[in-house]
Amino acid sequence: MISASKLASAAAALVAAAALSGCGERDQVIVYEQGKYQGKHDTRPWENDAGSSLYTTSKWTKGDKSSWEAALRSRNQSQNEYARVE
Amino acid sequence: MARMKFICDAERCIECNGCVTACKQENEVPWGVNRRRVVTLNDGVPGERSISVACMHCSDAPCMAVCPVDCFYRTGEGVVLHDKDMCIGCGYCFYACPFGAPQFPQAGAFGMRGKMDKCTFCSGGPEKDNSKEEFAKYGSNRLAQGKLPACAEMCSTKALLGGDGNIIADIFRARALKRGKGAEVWGWSAAYGKPDNPQQQAPKGAKP
Repeated sequence: MISASKLASAAAALVAAAALSGCGERDQVIVYEQGKYQGKHDTRPWENDAGSSLYTTSKWTKGDKSSWEAALRSRNQSQNEYARVE
Repeated sequence: MARMKFICDAERCIECNGCVTACKQENEVPWGVNRRRVVTLNDGVPGERSISVACMHCSDAPCMAVCPVDCFYRTGEGVVLHDKDMCIGCGYCFYACPFGAPQFPQAGAFGMRGKMDKCTFCSGGPEKDNSKEEFAKYGSNRLAQGKLPACAEMCSTKALLGGDGNIIADIFRARALKRGKGAEVWGWSAAYGKPDNPQQQAPKGAKP
C-alpha cells in the first residue's frame, strides 16, 4: 500500500511538473513573408503609340523598350541647363 | 534603365510651390490631398533651406511591406504604384512611410478615410494607359507619353530633378562641381550680400 507521504510527494511532483510546463518558452516571432501583388496588371509605358498623346516631342517605336528609354534619356537632359550654357 | 528617382537641390529650391501646383493641376488632385509639398527648415532664418517632398519610390518600400491587402507593386522603372480598387484605406502605409507620402481624401461622412492617393511619378496606375479610368483614379500618365513628372519639368530653378536615377545624379553632380561650394555661390549671400556678422546666432524661438 502506498503511504500518504509518498502520495503527497508524487502529487507535489505532478503539480510542479504541470506548473513548470507554463514556463516553457516558444518562439513567438512571426516569420515575415513577402506579400505578392494582388491587383490588376499594369501595361508598360512603351507599349503605347508615341503619337497617341498631345504636346509631346518624344518619339519611340511602339513596343520597343530601348527606344522609349532613349527618348526619356534625351528628355532628361532638358533638366540640365549647363548643357545649354556650354 | 536605372530606377526612376527624384532629387531636390536644397541650394536652389526657392519654396515657390510651383511643383505642388504643377502636380495638382496635372493630376487634378482633390482638395485636401497633397501628393507633393515643400518643406522648409529654419524658416525665416538666414540660411533657410527648402526641399520638395513626395513619394520617394523607395527601393525597399515600407508601404508595400505593411499593406494588408498587397495592393502595391513596383514597375520595371522602379516606380511604386498601387491598385485603388483593392485599397481598403486602412492607413497602415501612412504610418509606415517616413516621408508622409500616402494621402487620404476625407470627403466621406464622419471623417471617413477614402482610398489612399500618392505620387505616381506621373505614371498612372493599373488601368489602360492614358484612359479616362486611369486619369480619374491615378491622374496623368506622362511616362507613357514619353514625358517626365510634371513637378520636375515645371520647376523654375531646376531644383527638383526627376527621371532616371543615374542621369539626374550625373546632372546634379556636374552642377555641384561647377557652382562651387554651397551657399556662397547660389544661396543667401549671392542674392542678398554677405551677412554683416557671420557668427550671428539664429534668433531665439526660431522654429523650423
